[in-house]
Amino acid sequence: MKSCWEIHRLVSEGQDRKFGFGERLAVRMHLLMCSACRRFERQMKLMRQALRRFPGE
Amino acid sequence: MTDPDVQQSLQRIRPTLLRFAMLQLRNEAAAEDVVQETLLAALEGKSAFSGRSQFKTWAVSILRNKIVDYLRRTSREGILPLLDEQGDEDFDALFDGSGHWQEVPGDWGDPAVVLEQRGLYDVLELCMKALPENLARVFTMREILGFETDEICKELKMSSSNCWVVLYRARMRLRECLQLRWFDAR
Ligand SMILES: [Zn+2]
Repeated sequence: MKSCWEIHRLVSEGQDRKFGFGERLAVRMHLLMCSACRRFERQMKLMRQALRRFPGE
Repeated sequence: MTDPDVQQSLQRIRPTLLRFAMLQLRNEAAAEDVVQETLLAALEGKSAFSGRSQFKTWAVSILRNKIVDYLRRTSREGILPLLDEQGDEDFDALFDGSGHWQEVPGDWGDPAVVLEQRGLYDVLELCMKALPENLARVFTMREILGFETDEICKELKMSSSNCWVVLYRARMRLRECLQLRWFDAR
């Protein structure tokens, strides 16, 4: 199983490229079991949403 | 809208447009230029626009295109500073020897609520400005201007893996800054 270190890099990369089947599965499996990485993923999503809305209002 | 209305609205949002352009170009003269071009294009195209409510969104979308044009022009001219090979040690320190988080990432709460908080965008701007220029250029192209990653790599003549690493570093810095300046500060 991949470590949190590997997964957090992949979560970032997942915002920039399409995963292959194996990678997608590995990330989903890990996120299912790891609340720390789930939080990290939510942070990344929130940052993206906020930047898309910038300058806000 | 009548002409004076349009002009007034444009003058009102000019500072916002300028902020937006500065964030991405980091060059006052260039930012002034693209905003000026945007105001002209907005005046010329005002018939395409009816209704006041989405005025800013409309002007920002014109500005976005002007910035993209500008970046295309200047990246071809090779103005972009080369990406230095600074390591990821800072971020690796977030993990222990076996690759576990040293500290669990913070709970940033409900996005629907957080994204509506006005001050967030000021802090976001502050944190974006704190990014080193080489990271910021690539990151704003990706996240604010919405380029595809392939396009960025091609425009800036970077390898894909280099692109991903740069975007990763920018995200990690931004995350750290938002945690400190916004989520911890509240
Ligand atoms: Zn994990």
